[in-house]
Amino acid sequence: MFESKSGIVFVAGIGFFALAFVSNAFVPALMYKNIPEKKVEELITPNLRYQFEDLARRFPESFEKAYGTPPEAPEENEKWWNEQCATALRRGHKIYVGEGCWHCHSQFVRPVSNEEQRFGPVSRSWEYQNELQRPVLFGTRRVGPDLSREGGRRSNDWHAVHFYHPLDLSEGSPMPDYPWFFDGSPDKPNERGLAIMTYVQWLGSWLESYPYYESYVPSPLVKPEAEEEAGQ
Amino acid sequence: MSAASISTGAHAEAHTHHDLVDEKIVRWYFITALIFLGTSMVAGILMAMQLIRHNPLNGIEIFSAGRWRMIHTNAVAYGFLANGFLGCLHWSIPRLTLQPVFNKHLSWLIYGAWQFVVGATAVGILFGEAQALEWGETPVWIDPVAQLGLLLVAINFMTPIARMKGPMYVTLWYFMAAFVWTFLTYAMGNFMPQYYVGGTSAGAVGGLFIHDLVGLFVTPLGWGLMYYFVPIILKKPIWSHGLSLVGFWGLAFFYPLQGIHHFLYTPIPMFLQYGAVVSTIAVELVVTTVVINFFGTLWGNAGVVKTNIPIRFFYTGMIYYFLTCLQCSFQVTLTFQKIIHFSDWVVGHAHMVMFGVFSMWIMGMMIHLFPRMLNRPWASQNLLEWHYWLSTIGVGFMAGDLILLGVFQGWSWAALEPWDASVDFSYPFWVLRVIAGLAMFGGLLAFAQNIRLTMQAAAKEKAVRA
Ligand code: HEC
Ligand code: HEM
Repeated sequence: MFESKSGIVFVAGIGFFALAFVSNAFVPALMYKNIPEKKVEELITPNLRYQFEDLARRFPESFEKAYGTPPEAPEENEKWWNEQCATALRRGHKIYVGEGCWHCHSQFVRPVSNEEQRFGPVSRSWEYQNELQRPVLFGTRRVGPDLSREGGRRSNDWHAVHFYHPLDLSEGSPMPDYPWFFDGSPDKPNERGLAIMTYVQWLGSWLESYPYYESYVPSPLVKPEAEEEAGQ
Repeated sequence: MSAASISTGAHAEAHTHHDLVDEKIVRWYFITALIFLGTSMVAGILMAMQLIRHNPLNGIEIFSAGRWRMIHTNAVAYGFLANGFLGCLHWSIPRLTLQPVFNKHLSWLIYGAWQFVVGATAVGILFGEAQALEWGETPVWIDPVAQLGLLLVAINFMTPIARMKGPMYVTLWYFMAAFVWTFLTYAMGNFMPQYYVGGTSAGAVGGLFIHDLVGLFVTPLGWGLMYYFVPIILKKPIWSHGLSLVGFWGLAFFYPLQGIHHFLYTPIPMFLQYGAVVSTIAVELVVTTVVINFFGTLWGNAGVVKTNIPIRFFYTGMIYYFLTCLQCSFQVTLTFQKIIHFSDWVVGHAHMVMFGVFSMWIMGMMIHLFPRMLNRPWASQNLLEWHYWLSTIGVGFMAGDLILLGVFQGWSWAALEPWDASVDFSYPFWVLRVIAGLAMFGGLLAFAQNIRLTMQAAAKEKAVRA
């Protein structure tokens, strides 16, 4: 067997591969079989909706250009927001993958090295059972911090400026500039910019303690009408 | 037995080498491989410049460092390593089996299809279409073509092996297994996480994929070729057949079982993580036997390392291999993982094995084969020395620098220092990495220049004769 063609093809080639496949891939697949995989539509929480509507308020022109205007009727209106939010999430995920963000940022918090204190609760299996983790974005390198608890930690304005030119907000940052997420300036995110911000704000928005960040201060949010009143 | 197969190899040369080996395709594979290596290194330098904030192309969409980092790893794996290995296989398999490949036209079809796959991958990545799978970033729509290509490769090379009579030499064990494994690995890694499993279990599959690609495609082809070229150049058989058996079967059994060690401390069940750790340490022992076997073969002829450049490349690679594996048996333990995971330690490890070992071997084989195909010696011995020393010192420097930096980063993170602190103190190390990278790139340029000179001389000679 050890030096024969059939031994090598069937035992070493197929047999050992299959053994490893069963133990290292099939077993975990079976173990998580009972956690249903969520569709993007099921991932929209009030936390995320809040951030998404916040984008609409902060960047009204950009938002209208990318998503149009919401319908008036209340039920339709609700449905419309959820649909647009799902579209933005899908698109944001695609950008996150295509730009290789996941080669510089991980998306899982380990139970060691004080990561729980730095980033937030340790990651658990159910958090990854959804369409946007297919293939899973654990990541293997952290040039920048873990992002799995990033949602709500910074305001949308912060993200816009940061994506446009990270050095403006973070001295010495090696993160690349992403001017193509904008139409010329950080206050004009385009469809891609809105999508990646929605995606980043989604990360961790499913947790009860959201956002998990010690020194979190809610960003002051003023509704457009209130702003107008104040201006008058 | 090993001695027997080698002498039949020599026998073939006397009679039918040109019927067996299509030298032109070997040359084409080699040149293409080197072009991709150059591309990959430029991409690596671009990413390295981004980290030290001196990327001249920052802010231009298709030159985004994140995208070029994916070009970097993909060009090296599929453009350089795969092409380099295919070239060497076109030389060694027909000579070992005394049978031509299944079909020479098919060989060229595969060559073309493969360059299409690599080129399309690069274009896909540049335009933001990557798939979220480390080393499997090939956009989803190219995957079936690549899969078909791998099937054709297996058919083309398995046929001569199947037709061959008599005992099989060690090299062929590795090759046969590698063809089966590569096909299965690619299918598993690129389709399962995309279509069938999600979440954490997809993480397990992804880990298995990155790992198997190195362990079941690159490693067996690399060692198989070493078992072929080292005894031929040293003109003596491998030291111990028993150790060859241990090496092959140990690798075959333990290597695939380790996939999950890339994702320790993830939500993947702990008992599976322990299993991966234990089999990783087991494979380290197996590797040691292989390295001992090769140094046993060199025993008594060590002087050859000074005079014979290919042998020098091979054995330098083996020393780096041993070091990488030694490093690995530490880094795989959960104690080390706490600190070094996610840090530059891992990047140092990756360069030590991918460049220090496999690229050194491929370049060594190229140095051995080019003169045989061009029928003349290398134009410049000096350039060969430059190539060797720049590559060896460059990669040693890069790996040492990054491994040390990784430890510092890990400690800084665990100590809850602000994130920026870890970026700030990495700066000088990252600068050193750029310098080391430029040295490696310089080595490649020396090699390219040498090939050019040698080919020109060969062409001139042909013209004179005609
Ligand atoms: C070259 C590696 C690199 C790439 C590529 C990269 N980042 Fe970063 N990122 C960093 C570093 C380093 C930091 C920390 C310094 C800073 O805040 O800029 C960071 C910070 C961040 C932060 C702020 C985290 C916080 O709260 O402090 C976010 C959000 C972020 N990145 C998202 C992204 C997204 C989305 C992408 C892809 C479009 C991306 N990054 C690509 C390196 C990178
Ligand atoms: C000019 C020389 C090179 C330079 C400057 C360079 C630079 C880089 C950089 C900056 C990264 C990203 C690291 C990070 O994310 O922090 C990287 C990753 C990588 N490089 Fe290179 N590289 C070079 C040559 C090579 C070669 C020749 C190979 C293989 C044969 C290689 C294999 C890899 C691999 C496998 C990774 C991924 C590491 C990981 O994800 O852990 N590199 N390289």
